[in-house]
Amino acid sequence: MFWQQLVNGLTLGSTYSLVALGYTLIMGVLDIVNMAHGEIFMFGAFTGLILASHFHVNIFVAMLGAALVGSLLGIILERVALRPLRRRAVSHLAPLISTIGVSIFLESVALKVFGPESQAFPQTLAGKIYTIGPMQISLVQVVILAVAFGLMLILRFWLARTKIGKALRATAESTETAGILGVNTNLIIVLTVSLASGLGAIAGVLVGLTFNAVEPTMGMSMGLKGLAVLILGGMGNITGAMFGGLILGVAEVFSVAYGASSYRDAVAFGMIILILFVRPQGLFGAKDQTGGR
Amino acid sequence: MKLFAMKKVRKMIAGVAVAGLLLSVSGCGSTASAPASGSGSAQSGTIGTAKIGVVSFLTGGGAAYGKAIKQGLEMAKEEVNTQGKVKIDLLFEDSRGEKNEAINAANKLVNKDNVVAIIGPTLSGEMFAVGPIMNQAGVPIMGTSTTAEGITDIGEYVFRNALPESLAIPAAVKKAKEKYNLKKVALMYSNNNDFTVSGYKTFEKAVKDNGLEIVTTETFADKDVDFSAQLTKIASLKPDAVMVSSLYQEGALILKKAREIGIKVPFVGGNGFNSPQLIKIAGPAAEGAIVASPWFPNKEDAAVKKFVSDYKAKYNEIPDQFAAQAYDALKIMATALEKAGSTTDRKKLRDSLAAIKDFQGVTGKFAFDAKRNPVMSATVLIVKDGQFSELK
Repeated sequence: MFWQQLVNGLTLGSTYSLVALGYTLIMGVLDIVNMAHGEIFMFGAFTGLILASHFHVNIFVAMLGAALVGSLLGIILERVALRPLRRRAVSHLAPLISTIGVSIFLESVALKVFGPESQAFPQTLAGKIYTIGPMQISLVQVVILAVAFGLMLILRFWLARTKIGKALRATAESTETAGILGVNTNLIIVLTVSLASGLGAIAGVLVGLTFNAVEPTMGMSMGLKGLAVLILGGMGNITGAMFGGLILGVAEVFSVAYGASSYRDAVAFGMIILILFVRPQGLFGAKDQTGGR
Repeated sequence: MKLFAMKKVRKMIAGVAVAGLLLSVSGCGSTASAPASGSGSAQSGTIGTAKIGVVSFLTGGGAAYGKAIKQGLEMAKEEVNTQGKVKIDLLFEDSRGEKNEAINAANKLVNKDNVVAIIGPTLSGEMFAVGPIMNQAGVPIMGTSTTAEGITDIGEYVFRNALPESLAIPAAVKKAKEKYNLKKVALMYSNNNDFTVSGYKTFEKAVKDNGLEIVTTETFADKDVDFSAQLTKIASLKPDAVMVSSLYQEGALILKKAREIGIKVPFVGGNGFNSPQLIKIAGPAAEGAIVASPWFPNKEDAAVKKFVSDYKAKYNEIPDQFAAQAYDALKIMATALEKAGSTTDRKKLRDSLAAIKDFQGVTGKFAFDAKRNPVMSATVLIVKDGQFSELK
C-alpha cells in the first residue's frame, strides 16, 4: 500500500505545485496575491473540457487551447484589476481585493454559462492503467507528473538564461530601477500575469483529467491549497512551489493512509505551521523579503 | 488572515440580523398570524392567491439540487393554478447553501413579502438555522430535502416531506446484507455537512444492528475530488461492501475511483446517491450502487409516468428525487390551503397541513405522523445497465 499511496500523494501534490506556480510567478514579480488565479484555473479546465468533448481534439491541443484562453483572461485581469491600481499609489491590499472581485465575477459567469453540475472529460482520455510492481499508475498521472516537472524546468531555464527572463527578474527586483534601465516593465508585467494564468489553465485541464470533476467552484479549494504551497515553498520561489506542492500532497495522502482521514487537512496544515516555525521564510525562501530570486 | 477577518465580519452581521429579528418577533408576537396577502378578494370558485416563499440552494456547489427543486415546484404550481381551487404564487430566494443567507432569505419572505408559508431550505443544516426562527414567528415551513435526524423536533410549525434517512438507510443496508451475504463493510462519509454526518450515524447504527463488522471509517469533505488515499486504504482491507454517506457528486467520483483501482464490491449510498446525476457522472462505474428511495422514476404508476413525461417534455431531463419531492410538497401545500379555506391564515394552514393523510403523490401514498414527519415507504434500488431498477 505504501508505494501506491506515494503515487497518489505525488499526483495530488503535482497538481498543487502547478497551481502554486502561477501564484508564485505573480507574487515574485508584482508582490501581489492573485486571488482570481483559482478561477482562471477553473476556466482553463472548462476550456479543455469543451475542446476535448465537443471538438474531439487530443489532450495536448486541449491544454494549448486552455493555455491561450487562460493567458487572455490573465491579460484582461491585468488591464482591469491590476493596472489601474498600479498607476495610483494605493494600498497594497487594493489589488488583493480587486482580484477577489474578479474571482467572484468569473465564478458567477461560469455558473451561468456552464451550469452547476460537475462534468467529466471523455472516457477515452482517461487512458491506460499501468501496473508496476505494487503500484498502479494511470497514463494521466504520468502525464501530469511529466508536464508539471517539464514546465518547472522550462520556466527555471527561461528565467535564468533568456533576455526576457532577465528582464522579468529585474522587474521583480525593482520595477522602477528596471524601468530606468530600459526594461518595458508594463510589458513584462502583462507577460508575467498572462504566463501565470496560462500555466494555471493548463493545471486546470490536468486536474480535471485526474479527478474527473470540472465544476465552477473547483477553483476555490485548489486556490487555497495553492496559497498554502506559496507560503510553504517561500514567497515567489519556483523550486519552493514545486516541492512545497509535492510535500503537501504526500502529507495529506499519508495522513489518510496511516492516520485518520478526518485529520487530513489538520495534519497537512499543522505540518506547514511546524515548517514555518523552523523556517519562517518558507522552505526555499531567502531570509530577506524578496524570496530568493 | 484576511479571509478570517472577512468571515468574522459576516458572522457579526448575521448575528446582529438574528438579534434584530428576535427582538422584532418578541415585540409583536401576536401579529404572526395577521393577514398576510393583499390579494384576499376571492375570485369566483377559488379562495384566492396564496403567496408561498421558497428558500433554495440556487447557486453554488449544490445548485443542481436547487434547480431540481425549483423545476419540480414550478411544474406543480402550473398544475395547481390551472385546475385547483387555490392559486399559488411562488417567490424564490437563493440561500447559496449557507445558513446565514437562508435566515436572511426567510426573513425577507416573511417580513417583506408576507408569505403564508415557506418551502425549503434545501440542506438540513440550513433548516436547523431557519426552522427555529420561523417556528417562533408562526410561519409553516416545509423541507422537501431535509432528511437529517431531528428536523421536526424544532417545533410544531416545521414539516418535511423528505423521507428521513432513519427509514431509508436501514432498509438499504438490510437488503444489501441479505442479497450479498455481507460480513464486513467499510464506511465513508463527508464530515463537513450536517446531512451526510447524520447519514453516517444512521449507517453506523444500521450496520451494527445487522451484525456487520466495520473494517474502517474514512472521511472526506464536500467538494473533495481526490479520494485515492481513502480508497487505496479501503482496497487493502478487502471489505464485502462500502457504505457511503455523501452528496451525489462526491458519491459518483468515489465510485469512479473505486472501480478504477479495482474495488468491485457493492456500494450502498445514503439519500445523496439517489439522483440520475450519480449515473451521469460516474458512468459505468455506477453499476451496482444501491440506495433506498421514496422516488423511483420507472415505477409502474400512472401518476408517476405522467409526471416523468411532462417533466421530461418541459426540462429535457428525468426528474430526480429532489424534483419529485418538491412537486409533491407544493401539491400537499395546495391541498392544505384548500382545506384551510384561507390563503393568508398561517395558523389554519399549519393545522390543516398537520392533518394531511392519504395524499397520493408521485412519491407514493403520503401522510404526516404526529411529529410532522412523513409516513411513506422506501424502495431499495440498484443501478443496473445505467438505470435505477428495483433490487429484489
